[in-house]
Amino acid sequence: MTLQPFGTLRGFGVTFKHIFKKPITQQYPEYKRPVYPRFRGRHRLHRHANGLEKCVGCSLCAAACPADCIRVVAAENTADNRVSPGERYARIYEINLSRCIFCGYCELACPFDAITLGNEFELSEYSRDDLIYTKDMLLAEPIKRVPIQDPDLYDTPIPAYKRLS
Amino acid sequence: MSAVLAATGANGEPWWIALIKSAIVINVVLLGFAYLTLLERKVMGRMQLRYGPNRAGPYGLLQPIADLVKLIRKESFFPAAANDMLYIGAPFLAAFTALTTFSVIPWGPGWEIAGYQVNGYIADLPIALLLIFAVGSIGIYGFIVGGWASDSKFALLGSMRTCAQLVSYEVSLALSVLGVVLMAGSLSLVDIVAAQDADVWYLIPQFVGFLVFLLAGTAETSRAPFDLPEAEQELVAGYHTEYGGMRFGLFTMSEYVNLITLSGLAVTLFLGGWHGPWLPGPVWFLLKVFVLLFVFIWMRTTLPRLRYDQLMRFGWKVLLPVATVNAVVTALLVVAL
Repeated sequence: MTLQPFGTLRGFGVTFKHIFKKPITQQYPEYKRPVYPRFRGRHRLHRHANGLEKCVGCSLCAAACPADCIRVVAAENTADNRVSPGERYARIYEINLSRCIFCGYCELACPFDAITLGNEFELSEYSRDDLIYTKDMLLAEPIKRVPIQDPDLYDTPIPAYKRLS
Repeated sequence: MSAVLAATGANGEPWWIALIKSAIVINVVLLGFAYLTLLERKVMGRMQLRYGPNRAGPYGLLQPIADLVKLIRKESFFPAAANDMLYIGAPFLAAFTALTTFSVIPWGPGWEIAGYQVNGYIADLPIALLLIFAVGSIGIYGFIVGGWASDSKFALLGSMRTCAQLVSYEVSLALSVLGVVLMAGSLSLVDIVAAQDADVWYLIPQFVGFLVFLLAGTAETSRAPFDLPEAEQELVAGYHTEYGGMRFGLFTMSEYVNLITLSGLAVTLFLGGWHGPWLPGPVWFLLKVFVLLFVFIWMRTTLPRLRYDQLMRFGWKVLLPVATVNAVVTALLVVAL
């Protein structure tokens, strides 16, 4: 152990040296750290290739949600208004993002791969009502603001489990 | 009319020049306080491998203004059980005494402008050093009264601790400058600065006194590592727990202005005041004060906080004997040589 006060003076030397080192802070928003492909961000509802929505309004996601923030009201698919390939579709589908904890249980519970968690986390709004995302908002393609890490490197190689988006 | 304009005060300068100078110096000190808060945050940040505030303006230069606007816009709440006059008066007392102690510090040689004498200080008394310690002790009242008048247990305990600490280190502070006074032969700060120009900077013969002055001064202004009065983990916020908005701002201001005054005093007593080769006096003064402020910020970043009993023990059992011995040895040497 260095004798006092030389130990204290060595401490002063350490802090003084640090002034001339480059800070390790990453300046957001000038630099946005890339997110990983399986990052749990804002939810997305998906469609089939032919344009029909995958969601059939079964509410398994609402049942699985620990924060109880998903609201699903189903309606029958009629002949002239066919929205999903099943018997029913989700007429009302709302997620309250101020209550959501982004755990991903809804994604795990969905049997049709209709809902997944995407990569956006910049979800600030000016009022709480604006944070209740409706079905059209969730169906819409999100605006990519943050770069994503290399999917080949960080996503699973098993094609069945690969990230949908 | 010209007789009124030419009427000089005790220090040989017209009264209206003294008024204008006071206004300018107060504004410079307050501006210095504002940007000292920014300097401290930036320097502490850099020492901790991070940037300080750099969002409010270019390089964070508008951060103090943002803080000021925030404090002014905040609610200055008033606890129902608080003692009215004392609760309001305490921050003012602290701020007023902090600014008053700066008035006797000389920052320039004095100039002759357009026939009128402009002194390099606001006031010069034959007992200037005594004034600084006396008014500083009244400033401690601001903290005691603030904590007591808040009628809150945290505030009361915090203010009691603060005052015990400040009073303990006050003694060592006064004793440490005794050596300088003996060598200069005067209590007036202007004379001490002049004596240093004739002699050598008192830092060299009085290095023990300088060290004691720095340590006691750090404790006097409640700076780390002696900043127990504002240790959030221990006392919530000590004596300024029940203060909000601009009242809290006044307490913070008094603390930082005390720091600036102490640095100015150290420069005047030990580092040769405003003397220096080819730059004008005030510029040298500012540079030296800046170096000392940097040392204070450096100490805050590096050292952990002292526990209360360690603090009191250090003040009474270490610093006071050292200061006393320094004074006695200086007295003997001054008489002998």
